Amino acid sequence: MALIDLANPTRFLTLSGRILPWLAAATALCFVWGFWLTAGAPDDYQQGATVKIMFIHVPSAWLAMMGWTVMTIAALGTLVWRHPLADMAGKAAAPIGAAFTLICLITGSLWGRPMWGTYWVWDARLTSVFVLFLMYLGVIALWRTIDDPTRAGRAAAILTLVGAINIPIIKFSVDWWNTLHQPASVVKMSGPAIHPSILVPLLVMAIAFTLLFFTLHLAAMRNEILKRRVRSMQMMQAEAAPGR
Amino acid sequence: MDLGPHATFIIASYAVTAFIIALLIGWIFAENRALKRTLSDFESRGITRRSDDRKRELRKSEAHSVA
Repeated sequence: MALIDLANPTRFLTLSGRILPWLAAATALCFVWGFWLTAGAPDDYQQGATVKIMFIHVPSAWLAMMGWTVMTIAALGTLVWRHPLADMAGKAAAPIGAAFTLICLITGSLWGRPMWGTYWVWDARLTSVFVLFLMYLGVIALWRTIDDPTRAGRAAAILTLVGAINIPIIKFSVDWWNTLHQPASVVKMSGPAIHPSILVPLLVMAIAFTLLFFTLHLAAMRNEILKRRVRSMQMMQAEAAPGR
Repeated sequence: MDLGPHATFIIASYAVTAFIIALLIGWIFAENRALKRTLSDFESRGITRRSDDRKRELRKSEAHSVA
C-alpha cells in the first residue's frame, strides 16, 4: 500500500483501527520485558543503582528528538507533498514529543543531583533540550491560536522546519562544546561503550518507548480526524441554523 | 532489590515517568470518547457530513440498479 492510499482519512481510520490493538499489545509486552531486564541489571561500578534512571532517561531523550523528526517529515508532507494527513500527523506528535521531552528533563535532573551534585546547569546539552521543550510548547500554542486547521497546519509546519535545526545541535552539543553532560555512549562510530548487561535492557526499553510513541501517535491522529469531522458538522449545523 | 543511598531519586524518576505517560494515555482516551460521543450525537440529530450523504445516495442508486 502506497503512502498516498492513506490520504483518505476513512481508509486511515479503518487501517489504524486494525493495527492499534496489536501495537498496544506489543508495547505492553515490550515494557514487561524491559522492566524485568531493568530490575535484573547490575549496578554501575561508578554510579551504583542510579544507572537505573538511564533506562527511562535515555529512551525519553531519543524520543524527544524523534518526535520533532516525525513532525519535520510531516511538515514536509504538508508544505511539499500536500498530503491530507500530514498536518494531522504533525499536530498529533507535538504533545507526545513534549511529554517525552519533559520526562527527559525531569529524570535527567533527578539523575544529575546525586551524580553531579546539582539538579540543573545551563550547559549546551541541557539548554538545547530545554529549548526543544519550549519549541514543542510553541507549536502546540500556534495550533491553538489559529482556528482554520489548514492555515494553522502551514504555520506550524514552517515553525517545525525552522526548529529542526535544534536536533543536530542537541545530538552534537556534547562534542562541539565542553559540557557537564557525558558524551554519546550508545550511538557512536566506535560502537557502544556500555557493557551488554546494561546495554540490552536499555535497548529493550528504547524499543518499548518507541512502540509507545507510535501507539499514542496513531491514537492521537485518529482523534485529530474525528475532531475535524466534528468541526465540519458544527459548521454544517451553523449553516443550517434559521436566520442565516 | 537494593537501590542504595539514592533510592529516592530512582523511585521519583520512575514515578514521574509513569505519571506523565498515564496522563498522556488518559488524555488521548478521554478525548477519543468525547469525540465519538459528539459525533454520535450529531448523527442522532440527522446531521451528517456531505461525503456521508453522497455515499448513502451512491449505495441507494447501486441497490436500485441491481434491483
